[in-house]
Amino acid sequence: MGNPIIFIILAAIAVAAALGMLLSRNAVHSALFLVLNFTTIAVFFLVLNAPFLFVTQITIYAGAIMVLFVFVVMLLGAEQLRGDRTAEVGKWQTWFSVILFAALIATFVYLLATGNADTMVNAEAPIAAGPAEVGLRLFEAYVFPFEVASILLLVAMVGVVALRTKRGANV
Amino acid sequence: MSEVTIGWYIALSAILFAIGALGVLIRRNAIIIFMSIELMLNASNLAFVAFARHLNDLDGQIFVFFVITVAAAEVAVGLALIVAIFRTKHSINIDDMHMLKG
Repeated sequence: MGNPIIFIILAAIAVAAALGMLLSRNAVHSALFLVLNFTTIAVFFLVLNAPFLFVTQITIYAGAIMVLFVFVVMLLGAEQLRGDRTAEVGKWQTWFSVILFAALIATFVYLLATGNADTMVNAEAPIAAGPAEVGLRLFEAYVFPFEVASILLLVAMVGVVALRTKRGANV
Repeated sequence: MSEVTIGWYIALSAILFAIGALGVLIRRNAIIIFMSIELMLNASNLAFVAFARHLNDLDGQIFVFFVITVAAAEVAVGLALIVAIFRTKHSINIDDMHMLKG
């Protein structure tokens, strides 16, 4: 499932980008760090025999969704929160959150250390996973969830339009 | 050096998920909180694809498609909500959103 050196380099970039997103003061910088993170995960998808998801991740996540984020940040002029610059650190909630974070990491470490996930190496050749195979599986076994997803997108679209419409206004 | 196993991918996914959860907890900017939620969704996607490769089955990849669909819908609605809140309160600091408090 990939070369260890490539994995470590990519994983380091992904974690560093995630931390940069978390810690940067400027929301635009956060969005750009998140684009880097999504791109790295897309490369992981390519390594993991999911070429179509690689393209989807780049176009939908790193493209469409992040453009929406950057657009809203710039529309609101919300690069930085107004007021106290130190409002985000030093409160007791912050330290409590960090403790919860440490507990979550400890739980994951415990589960990974006690589980047998590390002993399993899949040496089989990867199956064909191009767009044709994925599409066939989607329309053979998952037709109903697919239709539900389309209705979800429609509802979200109508909901967004309804949110942006002033009450009582003639559209 | 040893071969990359699925455990490595799950560990990376767990780390990214934990960073996303920490972001939701410590940041006060509503847009950054949304970005952290996206990070968590991506961490779970990575685990799905890693298991799909490990089990040599396409179903994990199909699930990632649905996650991406839901994430897209969620971002559209969520950002519209943030814009609507900004119009009334002129702030996206979640500490200012306490109108439901008794």
